[in-house]
Formats: sequence, C-alpha cells, structure tokens
Amino acid sequence: MVGHFFYIITVFLMIAGLFIIIARGNLIKKLVGLSIFQTSVYMLYIVPGKLVGGTAPILSSQYTLYSNPLPHVLILTAIVVGVATLALGLALAVRIREAYGSIEEDEILARDHAVRATEAAKEEYA
Amino acid sequence: MAIAVFALILTRNLFSVIVLSGIYSFLMATILVALDAVDVAMTEASVGAGISTVLLLGALHLCKSKEAKPVHKPWLPLAVSVSTGALLVYGAFGLPEFDDPAAPIHQNVVPRYMQNETDVPNVVTAVLASFRGYDTLGETTVVFTAGAGLIALLRRRKKAAPEGARRKGEA
Repeated sequence: MVGHFFYIITVFLMIAGLFIIIARGNLIKKLVGLSIFQTSVYMLYIVPGKLVGGTAPILSSQYTLYSNPLPHVLILTAIVVGVATLALGLALAVRIREAYGSIEEDEILARDHAVRATEAAKEEYA
Repeated sequence: MAIAVFALILTRNLFSVIVLSGIYSFLMATILVALDAVDVAMTEASVGAGISTVLLLGALHLCKSKEAKPVHKPWLPLAVSVSTGALLVYGAFGLPEFDDPAAPIHQNVVPRYMQNETDVPNVVTAVLASFRGYDTLGETTVVFTAGAGLIALLRRRKKAAPEGARRKGEA
C-alpha cells in the first residue's frame, strides 16, 4: 500500500483533469484541465525512475547511485509537445470566439441549433 | 497542490484560474526537483509556468474573462471520472512498488546509458542528443505543425476582419 501511494496521487490528478475537461463548458478552462492531465502523466513516468538515496543523473566521482534518466528524456519531449497542443487549442478557442461570440460550449451548441432551425424554416417556406 | 487543483475546479473567474495553473506548475516543478529530475523541473518551470501562462493570458485578452454557470449537474462527469480513477488505481496495484531497484525500468537499457560512452557528464543530455535523437526530430515536427496551424488560424482571422468591415461600410 505504501509503495503504491504515489500511483493514487497520480490518479487523483488525472481524474481531476478529466473532470474539468468533461464537466466545464468554458473552452479555456477545458485546456487548463488538459494541462493538469498532462502533468499527471509526467508524475506517472518520473516517479518510478526515482531511487531513494540516489541523485540527479549527472555523473560524478562522488556519487554511485543515480535516478533513472530515461523517463526524464521522454518527459522533456512531452512537455514541449504539450505546450504546442495548448497553443493550437487556444488559437482554436480565439477563432471560435470570433465566429460565435462566445467560448461556452452550451452557447455555441445553442447557436448551431438556432441556425439549423432557421435554415430548415427557410427551406420549408421556399 | 491538491488545494490548488480543487480551487481550479471551483473558481469561475478565468484570470484566477490561469494564475492558479501557474502556481500549480511551479509546485509540480518543485516535486520534480525532489524526484531528481532537474532538467524536467527546469523545463516545467519555464515552459509550464512561463510560456503556458503567457499564452493563456493572451487568449484570455481576446476572450471573455468570466465562466458561465454550468447548466448541467456535474454528477455524470463525476461518476465517469471517479470510476475511471478506481479502475486505474486497481490496475496500478499490479505495477512495481516505489523505490524498487529490481523494477524493469532500471534493468534494460539504462545501465548502458550510465557507462558514459559519449563523455557528457549529464546523462539526460547524452541520451537526448546521442541515443534518442529521433524523438527530438519528431518533437520538432509537432512544434512546426502546431506553428503552421496557428498561423493558418490567426491569419484567416485578419483577412476576414477587413472583409467584414468593408461589407459593413458598403451597407
């Protein structure tokens, strides 16, 4: 149980991010939730590589025990990819705000339905 | 950190949400230092807490600053996330324990990385540049694609705006 405690923390962060993504309608808030989800994945990778009593993987004659460097390399790549995703998502949100005048999911859907209803009415009239 | 996450879920003012996510990123960077991942911590502090916050503030400047009250009750999303979490915790108990030197993660390629074949004392740099260079190539492709997408989205906006203004002027 003690040895698996960090998995519980990681899963807590993961479901907090997932909850924000599903439950909140605001697009910017959804993206913040997505980045929380991503940081939980960083934890999932980095923590198993840690050895208690070890040090950062920079070789020196004074130390013999190092933490695992491979997850660090993978997560460095993941952080940069994450910020690229965030930037693209925010650009989409800005564009949606210009097209619809809102970044709330419900208002956007309501507007879509309204437009579709007017088009159907026009077709019926013609 | 849990407090920051709960505050993030409950706050509706988007400016506070963005500041809280910056605080969260710094806390995460602190935890990463404690886990010996100094390179990752530095990147997280500069990219996660720096660039992401600037991007979010820029997007907020172009959008509204208040989140609307949710129309739906959050019970269904809560049930979905909690059941997913329960499943993940159940699965996690099949994984190796924390601080287990015999875990597979410490056995396969890592002993070779630690032999210092490249004469670079920082093993993370050596692995990133010498052993796993294709990862960085893929990462550059992703960043390039995201940049191209950003330019496409925002340039179209600039062209569309003067057209709309012209139409208004004609009317």
